[in-house]
Amino acid sequence: MNLDAMPLDVERIRRDFPALAREIRGQRVVYLDSAASSQKPESVLRAMDDAYRCYYANVHRGVYQMAEESTAAFEAARAKVTRFVGARSSRELVFVRNATEAINLVAYSWGRANLQAGDAVVLSHMEHHANIGPWQMLAEERDIELRWIPMTDDFRLDLSTLDELLRGARLLAVTAMSNVLGTINDIRPLADAAHAHDALLLVDACQYVPHVATDIVEWDADFVAFSAHKMLGPSGIGALCAREEILDAMPPFLGGGEMIRDVRLDGFTTNELPWKFEAGTPAIVEAIGWGAAIDYLAALGMTEVRDHEERLTRYALDALTERFGDAIHIYGPRDVSIRGGAISFLFDDIHAHDISQVLDQRGVCVRAGHHCAKPLMRRLGVPATSRASFYVYNTEAEVDALVAALVAAEAFFRI
Amino acid sequence: MSSNLEDLYREVILDHYRSPRNRGELPVPPAHRSEGFNPLCGDEVTVFLDVDPDTAIVRDIKIQGQGCSISQASTSMMSAAVKGQTVDEARRLIRAFKALMSIHETRLEGEGDGSDLAADLEGVRLGDLEALQGVVKFPVRIKCATLSWNTLQQGLDEIAAAGE
Repeated sequence: MNLDAMPLDVERIRRDFPALAREIRGQRVVYLDSAASSQKPESVLRAMDDAYRCYYANVHRGVYQMAEESTAAFEAARAKVTRFVGARSSRELVFVRNATEAINLVAYSWGRANLQAGDAVVLSHMEHHANIGPWQMLAEERDIELRWIPMTDDFRLDLSTLDELLRGARLLAVTAMSNVLGTINDIRPLADAAHAHDALLLVDACQYVPHVATDIVEWDADFVAFSAHKMLGPSGIGALCAREEILDAMPPFLGGGEMIRDVRLDGFTTNELPWKFEAGTPAIVEAIGWGAAIDYLAALGMTEVRDHEERLTRYALDALTERFGDAIHIYGPRDVSIRGGAISFLFDDIHAHDISQVLDQRGVCVRAGHHCAKPLMRRLGVPATSRASFYVYNTEAEVDALVAALVAAEAFFRI
Repeated sequence: MSSNLEDLYREVILDHYRSPRNRGELPVPPAHRSEGFNPLCGDEVTVFLDVDPDTAIVRDIKIQGQGCSISQASTSMMSAAVKGQTVDEARRLIRAFKALMSIHETRLEGEGDGSDLAADLEGVRLGDLEALQGVVKFPVRIKCATLSWNTLQQGLDEIAAAGE
């Protein structure tokens, strides 16, 4: 916790989010599912509306004023995203649809160009399916070996065998923050270990970037994937951030307009970075919206954002434990300094879906299910959990509403 | 608690959820084993079926797996409804139950007037199973209710295919 951080003025922040004023069944909505996707502030909605109303045109094509304005706004957004994660230059920031597509791009382009039968890719037991599926597809096609970093009983990566796992590996691909457990993984030592074995490091940062000040140069990561919609921006756009020399050496992913410099009947040459990987008309207005979301977060201050979430997470962990004791199982670290604001939990004999259904009656929105992390759910020995997750607009009163709704759910299903 | 929620969680549903019928397993063979998954929520069900090859009667049925109250109750009711019935009657029940689950959807989408579904329901006594009708008002939960029925259907199809 940073003692210099000023607490966020959450009541003022809430007024910026129209969806949070919504009532469900006569009650103010309690939105606790920001780890799945966040709500959007007025400034993002307005920036996107303005783009469509005032200067919309395709980018990198026309020589008329509106096309120039549109291109300038689109590339300004790229610069904002680049700065926000501490990347070296906009050449390293490729716009994609979402973090899943970013990882698929790496698997398809870098993976197919560099991995042969017998090569190994190291993943962890706490990965989202987005960082498993692309590698399993490649493993099937190329006969590469997948190895897994196990998890300790206190919900952290078990790094005791990391050196062994990395022997002969070409890539280590891990999450910076688990979407189920909230666990924050210390990335720099993982980068150092991977590089010591001549492997590259890919970081799934889509839960991390929205919540913690990110410096990917300090991480020394080779590929970083994240998306806009979890950080107050629109759905439909994300980014792959990667070292320029690696992107330069990679073959293109999708072919088409924008990624091409010259086409002849007998072949083509690719465009410069980052456009080499951006075939077709991009998500222009979504990029502009993402830029506005970053302005909003930057104005709040990421230190303050992190501080607010640590405080709220501690409050929630304490409230849940105090009220339910041994009846509730919380899957994730207790120490808020090594975790984010996603809290997965389960009651004995009450399925996560049933909990969510009762919570929904009270306007409390939580996620129920396997959270696209089935290997982790198997490791935890549960079919599904409920997950409450917090962001800049959540309050202690909302945590109280969650606890009250859980009391009602427990009473309803108790035998 | 609102009336909506009680439409969904009728007492008979909670009873089957708390005391599920026909839990366990059967030796395979002679019994047949089929597995169903709900990829949406991770629920799993295994249905063990012992069908008499001569009379085509479901002599015994056992259920394993885990899931929410709706899927567990539906599974338990399904097992009780099917046990002792002929395969043809079991198939009729499957059709009727699916009709019970989808009438609402069909009307919403304006596809036909639901008369085909009504035909599937006609003359079939669903008994306790009708308590699950409230699920239709909660569209995301329909898959929970139908999981074990689809698994039963799959099991009956596999048994039929093996017998050919």
